[in-house]
Amino acid sequence: MPIQYYIALASALFCIGVVGVLTRRNAIIIFMCIELMLNAVNLLLVAFSKMPFNIAETGASNASAGADAQLFVFFIMVVAAAEVSVGLAIIVMMYRNVHSVDINFLNRLKN
Amino acid sequence: MTASEIIFWFLSVLALFSAIMVLISRNPVHSVLWLIVVFFAISGHYILLNAQFLAIVNLIVYAGAIMVLFLFVIMLMNLNTETEPQRNTWLKVIGVISGGLLLTVMVSAARSAGELSNKTALIGAGDIGLIQNLGKVLFNQYVVPFEITSVLFLSAMVGAVVIGKKD
Repeated sequence: MPIQYYIALASALFCIGVVGVLTRRNAIIIFMCIELMLNAVNLLLVAFSKMPFNIAETGASNASAGADAQLFVFFIMVVAAAEVSVGLAIIVMMYRNVHSVDINFLNRLKN
Repeated sequence: MTASEIIFWFLSVLALFSAIMVLISRNPVHSVLWLIVVFFAISGHYILLNAQFLAIVNLIVYAGAIMVLFLFVIMLMNLNTETEPQRNTWLKVIGVISGGLLLTVMVSAARSAGELSNKTALIGAGDIGLIQNLGKVLFNQYVVPFEITSVLFLSAMVGAVVIGKKD
């Protein structure tokens, strides 16, 4: 599969996530769109790890060429799991304080 | 058109359609369910690229754990109503336009990049994605980041408990 297709697919998923962050007001859905962006980047990293270019650069017949990229994706997933737990705790606390998850209620620091 | 190409296009269309449905669903529970469909499609892509370990981790961690956490929070706060206050149409149009411009810029930059032309991602070949090879690399070269990750998890757990505690 041409790598350009994967780039286009990952860019489209990322931009859908960006549009979601910009247009929705529910904090949980904004958080889900951030997860969508992280997954688009993960998909692109995995696609790049399977490029023969990569293998040619780092030495032919190297069995572990490209394994770095996949471990990077693994670490992104790990960090995302930690991030989700803290972020959802923050959203629960925000709901407890203002009884809403609408992010427009969060502009009170402004005044 | 080979079988893997058909699977590629099917999974891509499924991922994009579900991602759009995440955005336009009024009910947050429906958004979570569509996001799980996106994760399954991305896991299918991983399997197609012979990255089985990441596919399984994606399913277990994302579709299994994180999305259940989202569902718990939504049900806990009783948000599964369709009465979300909407932004005005203006801001929506502007958001969609800016996202579309970002997509245009990224896709056209990738199309015009000379280094990426005629490069392909190997499908169904190579065995770096198998758990044996990844495990060897992880526990030889990346032991220290792996251990630091456990500290990160511990601090995230403590942080979640401290933030979520009723005071």
